[in-house]
Amino acid sequence: MDAQAMHIANGIVNGPVSAIFVVFAVAVLAVCVWKAQADLDDRLAPMAGLVAAFIFAVQMLNFQVLPGVSGHLLGGTLAVILVGPWVGALCVSTVLIVQCLLFADGGLTAIGLNITNMAILGTAAGYLLVAGLVRLLPKNPYGLGVTAFIASVVSVVVASQGFVLEYALGGTTQLSLPWISGTMAGTHVLIGIGEGLIAATTVATVARVRPDLVYALRTFRKPVTVDVEAVA
Amino acid sequence: MTRKLGWFLAGGLLVALLLAGVVSNFASGSPDGLDATAREGCTFGADGEITGGTCMLQREEGHQMADSPLADYGIKGIDNPYLSTGLAGVAGVLITFGLGAGGFWLVRRREQKAA
Repeated sequence: MDAQAMHIANGIVNGPVSAIFVVFAVAVLAVCVWKAQADLDDRLAPMAGLVAAFIFAVQMLNFQVLPGVSGHLLGGTLAVILVGPWVGALCVSTVLIVQCLLFADGGLTAIGLNITNMAILGTAAGYLLVAGLVRLLPKNPYGLGVTAFIASVVSVVVASQGFVLEYALGGTTQLSLPWISGTMAGTHVLIGIGEGLIAATTVATVARVRPDLVYALRTFRKPVTVDVEAVA
Repeated sequence: MTRKLGWFLAGGLLVALLLAGVVSNFASGSPDGLDATAREGCTFGADGEITGGTCMLQREEGHQMADSPLADYGIKGIDNPYLSTGLAGVAGVLITFGLGAGGFWLVRRREQKAA
């Protein structure tokens, strides 16, 4: 099988812009770690490890979307539904760091770009849609599956446009941005549909087997209530 | 951790291991959406080197970890491509699970008195 490079390589976006996004990614992930602590209990911690491992596995499964073009799951929406936005962004980041450091996929210089697009933008877009859709759709495996599908498509396209922004700021070749944006959006709608089917199947299965482990079903079920907790 | 959660985790890990260890060998070998867009405009030689044109990939630089024993989703030294990809996938799933679960366990919320 051909060597699969799936993420942004070194040298596509120049050094200064890549460095700025490393700083940005580190800052956002630090906030995620801080916010994730409230969500992470003895059950969610190992579950989040499983979600990261599952995303790693499914990212290896490139599916054909056009002749000569494939795509793979990014995982932000799937992670949001199963473990929440903060832990979810950290799950996707864990996968990207393992892929970069051990599998030489996604440049080390470009790690901030890749984390920004897939772990931060993709997860944030997925979260906004999931938070809205879960309240509108029935709280059962079907409703959750539809939520996962729609949120995945949007999340993947948003992540692809994150790359376009980074390329606009520091691309190392002179190419038409509208063309890049349009091509990326077009292929990523198709990739998003593939991701949506995988994410929908996965969350619907978990919702059927262990609904108590689905973050989106636990959290968005009722209107916001404040837990009164005495903090020492 | 309850016993039932343990079973769920074991089942989930088994699925991930099968996907990364076996199904990965049937994945598409075409460049992904990003890579395909980055290649558009250039012509490529037999070894994948750029022979002409203008594309985003033109100024690509090598990967710092290219000599990693798991580089490019294969295990260095294993010639059988199915075995190499499959074992690299299994290693990746286990390492990601270990790092993820370990890391999240370390930062988890400790005040577990209620519930």
